[in-house]
Amino acid sequence: MSTQPKRRRLEVEDYGEITVVNFIDKKILDEQNIQKIGEDLFSLVDELGRKKVLLNFSNVEYLSSAALGKFITLNKKVNTSGGKLVMCNINDDIFEVFEITKLNKLFNIIKDEQTALQSF
Amino acid sequence: MQSREPDGSVEFVIPSDLNEARNLQDIIETQLRQCAFEDREIFGIRLALEEAIVNAIKHGNQMDQGKKVQVRFCIQPHRFDIDIADEGPGYDPEDLPDPLADENLERPCGRGIFLMRHYMTEVIVHPPGNLLTMSKVRTNGHTNGNGHVNGNGNGKK
Repeated sequence: MSTQPKRRRLEVEDYGEITVVNFIDKKILDEQNIQKIGEDLFSLVDELGRKKVLLNFSNVEYLSSAALGKFITLNKKVNTSGGKLVMCNINDDIFEVFEITKLNKLFNIIKDEQTALQSF
Repeated sequence: MQSREPDGSVEFVIPSDLNEARNLQDIIETQLRQCAFEDREIFGIRLALEEAIVNAIKHGNQMDQGKKVQVRFCIQPHRFDIDIADEGPGYDPEDLPDPLADENLERPCGRGIFLMRHYMTEVIVHPPGNLLTMSKVRTNGHTNGNGHVNGNGNGKK
C-alpha cells in the first residue's frame, strides 16, 4: 500500500540565528494543512531548538481561526524557550484579523522583512 | 447534492468532509465575484463561511461522514444570505468565553463565532444551536460588517 507524500507547506531558511519561515499556501484554511503547518512550526522550536523565528506572510491571502491557534501555540513555545517570534509582511486584510482579535497585542508584528530581521 | 429553490436560493447538502466544504466555498466565492462583490467583501464572507462550515462539520457533526451539512444561500447584488445546518446537538453562543478578554487571548481556539460576527452584518444561531443564519448587506456597493449574534442553544462548539 502506498502513502501519498505530504506536500511541503513551508519554506524555511536560516539567517544566522534567525529562522525565516515563508508560507507556500496562499490560503491557510484547510484543517489538514493547518495541522501539518503547526507540526512543522512546532518542530522548529521543539526539535531543532530554534529560538528566533520570523514568519513571513507575504504569500498569505487568507487564514482561519484554526491557523491563529497554531501561531498562538508557537508563540508560547518560543517564549517559553526564551526566544522571540516576529511576524512580517502581513497584508491589510489579514492584519485586520489580528487587530480585531487583539492578537496584534500578543504578537510582534513588523511591516517588512528587513526591519523584522533587525528587530531580533 | 445541489438544488435550486423557487425563491432563487441554492441548496447544497454535503457530507462532513472538509474537502467538500472547500469546494462549496469556492463555488460561493465564484458566484460572489460574478455578482460584483469586491475582494475585501469576499475576504470577510469567505472567512465567516470557513468558520461556520468547519464548525458544523467538526463540532456539530463531529466529522461523522454519515452526517450531512445542509447549506442554503442566496446571492443578490445588494446582499448575501446563507443558512448552515448540521446534525449535531447544537450549542449556546452565550456559553462561549469572550475571546477578547485578557485571560483568553492566548487560548488557541474559540474565535470562530467572533470572526463571523465581525465580518457579517447579522449572525443568528437558532436554538438548539445547529442552524446558523448569516447575512451580509451591501450599501452603496459595499457590505456592512460588525454584525451581532442572536439566539441561543444548548450544546457546545
